[in-house]
Amino acid sequence: MSTATATPPAVPEEIQSFTVTLIIRRFNPEVDAEPHWEDFDVQLYPTDRVLDALHKIKWEQDGSLSFRRSCAHGICGSDAMRINGRNRLACKTLIKDLDITKPVYVEAIKGLPLEKDLIVDMEPFFDSFRAVQPFLVSQQAPKDGKERIQTVAQRERFDDTTKCILCAACTSSCPVFWTDGQYFGPAAIVNAHRFIFDSRDDNAAVRLDILNDKEGVWRCRTTFNCTEACPRGIQVTQAISEVKQAMVRGLK
Amino acid sequence: MPQQSAETLASQQKTTSRRPAGTLYRGREGMWSWVLHRITGVAIFFFLLVHILDTALVRVSPEAYNGVISSYQTPIMGLGETALVAAIVFHAFNGLRIILIDFWNAKYQKVMFYVVIGLWVVTMLAFVPRHLMNVFSD
Repeated sequence: MSTATATPPAVPEEIQSFTVTLIIRRFNPEVDAEPHWEDFDVQLYPTDRVLDALHKIKWEQDGSLSFRRSCAHGICGSDAMRINGRNRLACKTLIKDLDITKPVYVEAIKGLPLEKDLIVDMEPFFDSFRAVQPFLVSQQAPKDGKERIQTVAQRERFDDTTKCILCAACTSSCPVFWTDGQYFGPAAIVNAHRFIFDSRDDNAAVRLDILNDKEGVWRCRTTFNCTEACPRGIQVTQAISEVKQAMVRGLK
Repeated sequence: MPQQSAETLASQQKTTSRRPAGTLYRGREGMWSWVLHRITGVAIFFFLLVHILDTALVRVSPEAYNGVISSYQTPIMGLGETALVAAIVFHAFNGLRIILIDFWNAKYQKVMFYVVIGLWVVTMLAFVPRHLMNVFSD
């Protein structure tokens, strides 16, 4: 097995590969009553990602392993999972950044219904996203039928929250969301923030009204798990507290 | 049927062989400060509940009230009071931290967490020795 793969093109120094143990939380709804842990040994380079390890397992060891991934480059937001107890994108987590002297634990994100292996039902997550009207609502027509113009400062105001890829790493890292599925969750609030503070948008009051609820922004307990989990580096908790402040003090 | 139960048994055995319920989420300062805040909050709630009940007893029977209060004058209760003050001091300082996060700036939450821990240590250093001297002197 190793002889077949260990023939890289002539590189100055051969890069060393390691045997990494992955312990994956498996669940097959047709067979299992409960999820269980299964381990796999994979030969990997330090520059490989956790997603590469999952591919190797699926392609070479166990084709029944199920997970989502689309672009594999940190943009589509399909492969958020819990890696060593923290929500990460499998395609953005390098093996060299993990402690490979110990097994790497991989499991599905928490708080959403588990469907199979690393796949969860994302529908409740998208429902909250839809509920905050994540689109531009403008009452007046653009000037001269052209684009709606913004100053650099006006664009800067919501720049951070435009980066969201809807991977659910933040929402499924939130202890409040785990126990209270009714909570909108950080991702929905981030996407509301993106339009609330957009100078071209006219529906901020409606969105603030939707989120000014027991299950809205006031459910946030500032654990900062979302900020720490976000693969795009969005300051999620900061965005949530800005929405809270807008409710108390009004929009500036 | 028997086959199915054997299967579920096997999967359960597999489940119990490792940590079954998934790994504990490895949050950082923010999550642990919230966990502590919740634990101390619930503990303080139950203290207040008992405290209101024993204080209300004075209207029922002053003798019973005196009896209950004197039963508190033990070293074990003294240590309990230390734990109570520790919980309240943490809850109070961390509560101020949360207010600042929400209405000032979330950027400094980690620094503010260590400030909270620092203030807690200083307050407890000032309180605990004096309190324990009182508890154990007579």
